[in-house]
Amino acid sequence: MTASNCLLVDGECPDKTLREAIERIIAGFDGELVLNFSDVQYIDPKALRALEDLAEEAERTQVAVVVRGVNVKVYKVLKLARLTSQFSFIN
Amino acid sequence: MSDNPAGLTEERTTYLNGLVGQARTAAAAFSQCTQEDVDRIVKPMVIAGLEAAQDLARLAIEETKIGVLEDKAIKNMVATEFVYNYVRDKRTVGVIREDTERGILELAEPIGVILSLTPITNPTSTVLFKCIMAIKTRNAVIFSPHPAAWRCCAEAVRIMYETAVKHGAPEGVFTCLESHTLHDNDFLMHHKDVGLIDATGGPGVVKAAYGSGKPALGVGPGNTPVYLEKSADLDMAVVDIITSKTFDNGTICASEQTIVIDDEIYDRVLQKFADLGSHICSPQETELLSCTVIDPATGFMQPMAVGQKATTIARFVGISVKPKTKLLIAPIQGIGRKYPLSVEKLFPVLAVYRAKSVDEALKVCVDVNHAGGLGHTAVVFSNNEDVIRRFADVINAGRIIVNSPGSIGALGGVYNDMVPTFSFGCGTGGGNSTTDNVNVYHYLNIKRMARRTQAHMWFRVPNQIYFNMNAVENLRNFASRSTLIITNPGLEQLGHADIVRRAIPAGTQVRVTIIPDAEPDLKIIAQGVEALNFYKADQIIALGGGSVIDAAKIMKLKYESPDADLAELAAPFLDIRKRVVQYPTEKVNHARLIAISTTSGTGSEVTPFAVMTDKARGIKVTLADYSLTPDVAIVDPQFVMSMPKTLTVDTGIDCLTHALEAAVSIYASPYTDSNAMQAIRLVFKYLPEVYDNPGDEEARSMMHNAACIAAIAFSNASVGVNHAMAHAFGARFGVSHGRANALMLPHVIAYNAGVPTKFMPSPNQRTYIAHKKYAMIADLLGLGGHTVEEKVANLVSATEQLLDRLQVPRSIAALGISKEQFELAMPDLAKVAFDDPSWRSNPRMPLVKELIELYWMAFRGRGSGETAAAVEPPIATEEALV
Repeated sequence: MTASNCLLVDGECPDKTLREAIERIIAGFDGELVLNFSDVQYIDPKALRALEDLAEEAERTQVAVVVRGVNVKVYKVLKLARLTSQFSFIN
Repeated sequence: MSDNPAGLTEERTTYLNGLVGQARTAAAAFSQCTQEDVDRIVKPMVIAGLEAAQDLARLAIEETKIGVLEDKAIKNMVATEFVYNYVRDKRTVGVIREDTERGILELAEPIGVILSLTPITNPTSTVLFKCIMAIKTRNAVIFSPHPAAWRCCAEAVRIMYETAVKHGAPEGVFTCLESHTLHDNDFLMHHKDVGLIDATGGPGVVKAAYGSGKPALGVGPGNTPVYLEKSADLDMAVVDIITSKTFDNGTICASEQTIVIDDEIYDRVLQKFADLGSHICSPQETELLSCTVIDPATGFMQPMAVGQKATTIARFVGISVKPKTKLLIAPIQGIGRKYPLSVEKLFPVLAVYRAKSVDEALKVCVDVNHAGGLGHTAVVFSNNEDVIRRFADVINAGRIIVNSPGSIGALGGVYNDMVPTFSFGCGTGGGNSTTDNVNVYHYLNIKRMARRTQAHMWFRVPNQIYFNMNAVENLRNFASRSTLIITNPGLEQLGHADIVRRAIPAGTQVRVTIIPDAEPDLKIIAQGVEALNFYKADQIIALGGGSVIDAAKIMKLKYESPDADLAELAAPFLDIRKRVVQYPTEKVNHARLIAISTTSGTGSEVTPFAVMTDKARGIKVTLADYSLTPDVAIVDPQFVMSMPKTLTVDTGIDCLTHALEAAVSIYASPYTDSNAMQAIRLVFKYLPEVYDNPGDEEARSMMHNAACIAAIAFSNASVGVNHAMAHAFGARFGVSHGRANALMLPHVIAYNAGVPTKFMPSPNQRTYIAHKKYAMIADLLGLGGHTVEEKVANLVSATEQLLDRLQVPRSIAALGISKEQFELAMPDLAKVAFDDPSWRSNPRMPLVKELIELYWMAFRGRGSGETAAAVEPPIATEEALV
């Protein structure tokens, strides 16, 4: 895994990083995108919507998205938002 | 994405899916909020609702043309202020209740997305109420208002939403469907991401909600009967009914529909109604009203009348009334389709019925209740508590309002302490899932976290136990006016009864009753009870083995409690603390039971058990209750000195089996362990000595003590699979209990020391410890061995050696039972053994297949290579015994 395909998601404003990830995908990113969620303690609707968009875009372009270091509370929110099936998770 | 069964356009489907997706995302984000977060949001919402109460009421009136502005404003205030007053301190996030004593914690889990259908009659108040409930419980709501109340509802949703989001609720937490159709509702009701449907409205809406297959709170119509009984405060009743029925022009579905009035007060009541502005209809006016405001085709009210003023309805119908008439009162003579006004009328028209008696009044109320009002609301005005209770008993209503207005009373929080609501659960009678006033707890999944609790244990023994040679002399300490000695012929002949008689203080009337030396039957019991009654005995002395002492226990039970039903008391049970039948606690005679044992095996002198034969039914009846335990036990070896050798061995092995099974029982405790271990030690040491030298006083005394001590252990810890198998086998082949136990014992020790196929549920034991207990016993006996496995094997060998030394038959085959006979008996044996309650405290739950295997091992006996260590290896462990 190289630094270029790994994004540390901003814990204070996760939607910003996620939008950036979407832009990378749209710009023709190729390979596996790793989102580092270790700083994310709370995820608001904006960030959830960004993740939904990211999942849609990743599926369209066949980019694999890996979520790393997500805490269990945020993981449950992703589960409730039906997003977990669209990403793979690593600790 | 949901399927599209409703045939909606793709655009519409996308719109609806978008709404649900938005709500789902909001609900997911909302799930992270704390109790403090939601409470911080709810309060400003309530204030916003209060501030908008009048504006929303005006909007509702303008749009729906139903109801009264002032009352709608009050409803909006109740829906906010009163509901808030109820929910403000309620915990709805995280841990919401804790019962430390029971170790149960209740935690809240939000539902997620709720689809809420709201009615035309109470549009904005219902929206305000549901918004507050949803935020308090961290849920997102999609509102689908009645189409004729969409604008006012949308405005109420907007006010609530903007306030909620401003104070921290997630965006998208509330949405309101734009102009919609039944197809939209159908689509949403079936959407996989909608978790609950909360439908408040007419029967169609409720039926659709429940028919969707989703969890639903469907709250629909009512038909409130009111019984105005002659003892009531009539002035109060009339004012309350008018207040209630005219509130928002009668649109609350809990409002009064038919008043059933006692004959004696009927005219006075109608006059009071008239005095306060009601119009009493003539028969012709009632007829006219019936065919106008009720649809003759359906039998339901006409929508155009809903929420209209009395004067408007009168004008429409063509009845002349005074200008400020509040209420139209129509006398009717019955309930049902022939009497159209007996149904729900959400407008200020009341039916009244004159009842000739309380019985008739109650029957008519039941008729109204069953004419569309099941499960909803009912009202009674009375000062006669008996009448109020009878009314409550026969009426099926979630809310039974006493001496107060129906509609405002049912809302809760104003006239009573019921939970404030705008949704009335109507129970199964109304096709609903609840009879509650719907509240925040219906918007939650409540999770119950149950911690492991230890079952309460006990250690019960007779009040006094006297032991050692000549312990019978202690009888002198017990004053008695009339004593009955119960014994058997053999002991009488041996002079034992005389020894006892001599020890009883002078001046006591002493009689002796001789009973056969066999398990007592009902006839023997009855004769004994007759003798006890005849002599008015205040002391019973049971002198004998298990059967005599058991007989005395049952005689005492019947003597003290003549109505005790022995067959019922013998009902099976799993846990003595939770058993179905209760033994009588009232005693007629307060007699003392002293048990003097003349064998060293059953220990009946200290146990709470008694076995008898029911010859009529051809069965053995086992009674078990601590109230059967003798008050005093005398363990005097002089009564066993002459015990025959065979009986000495049989009872000695029975004693050993009691102790070994009690030691590994799931009910074993440190209290029973100390007794079980000591009894095992005494048996291994003294039983061979008694066998070799029956006249050895010390050995006899120790074996007599061992039997009593082992019985104390199994009285409190019970026995196990060995006893279950021995009972079945002994009964089938007529083999003595001790001998039958001996045949199974080594095999059962090995079996219990193995890894169980099925563990026995046992909250008091943290892990499986039977093998360690056996190892502990092996250590106590000094049998050697380094590992648990070795120690268990040594215990099995030591047991086998003991049985050999006592010259006990070591296989079923050795008893002369053929393989064919045994094979034939096996299905029944296994079934009876499995039905025996003894194994329920065994550490390992026996499978029927395993019982059969154990029986076959016992059949073949030693030398077959299948006993003891050849059975499954024990759980090897070096852990210390806990």
